[in-house]
Amino acid sequence: MNGASTDNDSVLLQADKLSKSFGDVEVLHDISLTLHAGEVRAILGENGAGKSTLVKILAGFEQPSNGQLLYQDWNGHTSSIKGWQAEEAEANGVVLIHQELNLADQLTVSENIFLGQELRRGLFLDKRLMDRKSAEYLDALRCKVDPHARVGDLSVSAKQLIEIARTRAKRARILIMDEPTAVLTRQESDVLYELIARLSAEGVAIVFISHKLEEIERIADSITILRDGRLVGNYAAEGLSREDMVSLMVGREIGDLFPAKRLPVSQAPSVLEVKDLQVRGTETSCSFSLQQGEILGFSGLVGSGRSALLETVVGLRTPTGNPPGTVAVFGQPVRIRNLEQARELGLAYLTKDRKGSGLLLEKGLAFNFSLFALEKFSHGVIDRKKEQDAFYKAVSNFDIRIKDTKLAAGSLSGGNQQKLLLAKVLEAEPRIIVIDEPTRGIDIGTKSQIYHFIAALAASGHSVVVISSDIVEIIGLCHRVAVMFHGRLTGIVEGEDINEEEIMAYATGLKDQQLSATDKLTATGAQ
Amino acid sequence: MPDLKTAGPFIALIAIFLIGVLVNDAFLSTGNLSNILARSSFIGIVAIGATFVITAGGIDLSVGSMAAFISGCMILLMNSLLNTMDSILAIILLAILASIAIGAIAGLINGLLTTRARIEAFIVTLGTMGIYRSLVTYMADGGTLSLSFTIGDLYSEVYFGTLLGLPYPVWVFLGTAIVGYVILNMTVFGRHCFAVGSNESVARYSAIHVDRVRTATYVLQGICVSIATIIYVPRLGSASGQTGILWELEAIAAVIIGGTVLKGGYGRIWGTVVGALILTLIGNILNLTDAVSNYLNGAVQGIIVIVAVYLQRGAWRKN
Repeated sequence: MNGASTDNDSVLLQADKLSKSFGDVEVLHDISLTLHAGEVRAILGENGAGKSTLVKILAGFEQPSNGQLLYQDWNGHTSSIKGWQAEEAEANGVVLIHQELNLADQLTVSENIFLGQELRRGLFLDKRLMDRKSAEYLDALRCKVDPHARVGDLSVSAKQLIEIARTRAKRARILIMDEPTAVLTRQESDVLYELIARLSAEGVAIVFISHKLEEIERIADSITILRDGRLVGNYAAEGLSREDMVSLMVGREIGDLFPAKRLPVSQAPSVLEVKDLQVRGTETSCSFSLQQGEILGFSGLVGSGRSALLETVVGLRTPTGNPPGTVAVFGQPVRIRNLEQARELGLAYLTKDRKGSGLLLEKGLAFNFSLFALEKFSHGVIDRKKEQDAFYKAVSNFDIRIKDTKLAAGSLSGGNQQKLLLAKVLEAEPRIIVIDEPTRGIDIGTKSQIYHFIAALAASGHSVVVISSDIVEIIGLCHRVAVMFHGRLTGIVEGEDINEEEIMAYATGLKDQQLSATDKLTATGAQ
Repeated sequence: MPDLKTAGPFIALIAIFLIGVLVNDAFLSTGNLSNILARSSFIGIVAIGATFVITAGGIDLSVGSMAAFISGCMILLMNSLLNTMDSILAIILLAILASIAIGAIAGLINGLLTTRARIEAFIVTLGTMGIYRSLVTYMADGGTLSLSFTIGDLYSEVYFGTLLGLPYPVWVFLGTAIVGYVILNMTVFGRHCFAVGSNESVARYSAIHVDRVRTATYVLQGICVSIATIIYVPRLGSASGQTGILWELEAIAAVIIGGTVLKGGYGRIWGTVVGALILTLIGNILNLTDAVSNYLNGAVQGIIVIVAVYLQRGAWRKN
């Protein structure tokens, strides 16, 4: 994609040896990049590589500890500064759309689009003009949302589109987006790509963070790759294959990360049979089974309904439909109504929302550790000694690295939090464990450790379901992979078919096995 | 000083106590001290229930009205039983059982309305506060319900009698506090209260029945109100629309002074006990001195609450 604008060579923004430390921890080191008008630049890197911090510095939401920014103002003059404030950046046309959406749920679409830059006629708001313009902006995104609708009532993808529409109300010359398509459907993403092409042709520079290699290949002119807070390099997109991107991003062979797969024996009993289970809010029903000793992956795009399906299985959500489908655990048909019942049946669920639903951040480590399996430590009153002993054992078993056991859970690093969460759930001694996004936001070393924990669980006769948006993780870890698209289970792949192309074909709805009978699933898998 | 937060209320209690000693010689008299303890029992017992509710992330504004309503019910029941039963002791015991049942049911109603009907606790208990208050006024026909003297003579022993030199209410207060401490700090249910108040979603994903825990805290609160009422009724032998006025705010104040966090997730029974003592001490000291008018009792209590929370926040930030 080439911006056809005449001033394509003009440099709009340049980062010169930016570094950023939070306390003693350096999260960015010596990052340089140059943004030309009309350029579409992807920023690629693993979780924790520093991508979000980098774009926040560019847009003035964080200040660099070292290095400088060079920017061109509207008059064409170039100035050098040591970081800037968001207001200043915006005044110079640098606009960032955050990963966490910043919309006021109680306000209407049009009120949100013009929030902080309301159009006035005299003393009063010019609502009609704002509504009309909002409709215009949304139209360009082919988003059929009423400007009068309350934002809180809309879907996440509509909200993302409103965030994008909002930047149109600003004079943006550099548009920075942090994973803009993570919550969009394929069609919505396509529309966004078109908009990006149009903006680029108008001379707007686009910077976007993405994990979708296919997307980067499709729309980026240039790619900045980060690893562990350092710049791996700035590359022209042309001539860089996906494999190149991955190996530059990871910096080592992926094979190292994962333990060797040990497939369960084919006669291993089925421990979980889900048949025609209908998730609330979807019209389709899902069936799958899980063998003892197996690691079953659930892949699919964000919002494809994986968490909702598994949360329904473990009783965190009530299924819909009449009959609502069946779940059998260890051969016994059951209707799981809540997580406590699931736990008694030997079933546990590890949430992907570590901070929001997994751990009590302001509570102590032992408090968090014992919360799920608390009854185990209680004979009327809680046996503190027994609880402490179990906690210390878990700290060493799961290699939770802490200086002080009296710390609050929130002060641990993401990786240690994830290990603590794992320890908490496994303390209840479940036989079947559902892990939603096991390694989101944690460093590569801990990732590898967690993969080994999961593999060890399976090897010792536990059965594991891994839901993950990280396709590398799914491929490296899982024995079979169920793929979902728009709330339906489009296919289950195994063996040689566990590869990115095949999984993506099911994840995007290109392929669909149309399977409904559980026996068919277990018999042959992908065809 | 990591333990400043825990020790703070105790230090304040000692400081206020010393002020009392300096202000008036009568302060240290046995009569005055046992009076302070007995008076703080009512708010203290109610506040122990409130500690559970607030720790689990709720609030109960209805306790004062509930106390008045239960008082009214007890008096009406006892007076009417006098016609049919001979044993006065049996009548009183029946009334006590009824009181606990009414308290538990009233708490259950608050709990179910907040958890099942999904109405904010503030609104639910604001509503029931008005309902109970108006019910007792209606039952007393706008006036006062008085306990029959025949019963009052025996029942008054519950308030005025002593054991080992301490009035019975003080023992009841102590007993309630010990039971409350054990439940909140040493049982699975207590842990669940902390977890639910700290983050409901985490609690749910930890296999905790959030609604059940919340409802149970309101039931405990109701039972605490009824215990306080049982020792309160013999004190005056009457109930009216004015009974238990502002108890809810005093109870919440005691809880907050004691270091429990109003938004939930952290609660301390002994802190609450100290909070109730501090509030009663202030009133008592103002009665014993001319330096500050007794009419400013509420103002001093208000200042104490604000200062207490300010100090707690400061300690929070340091950690």
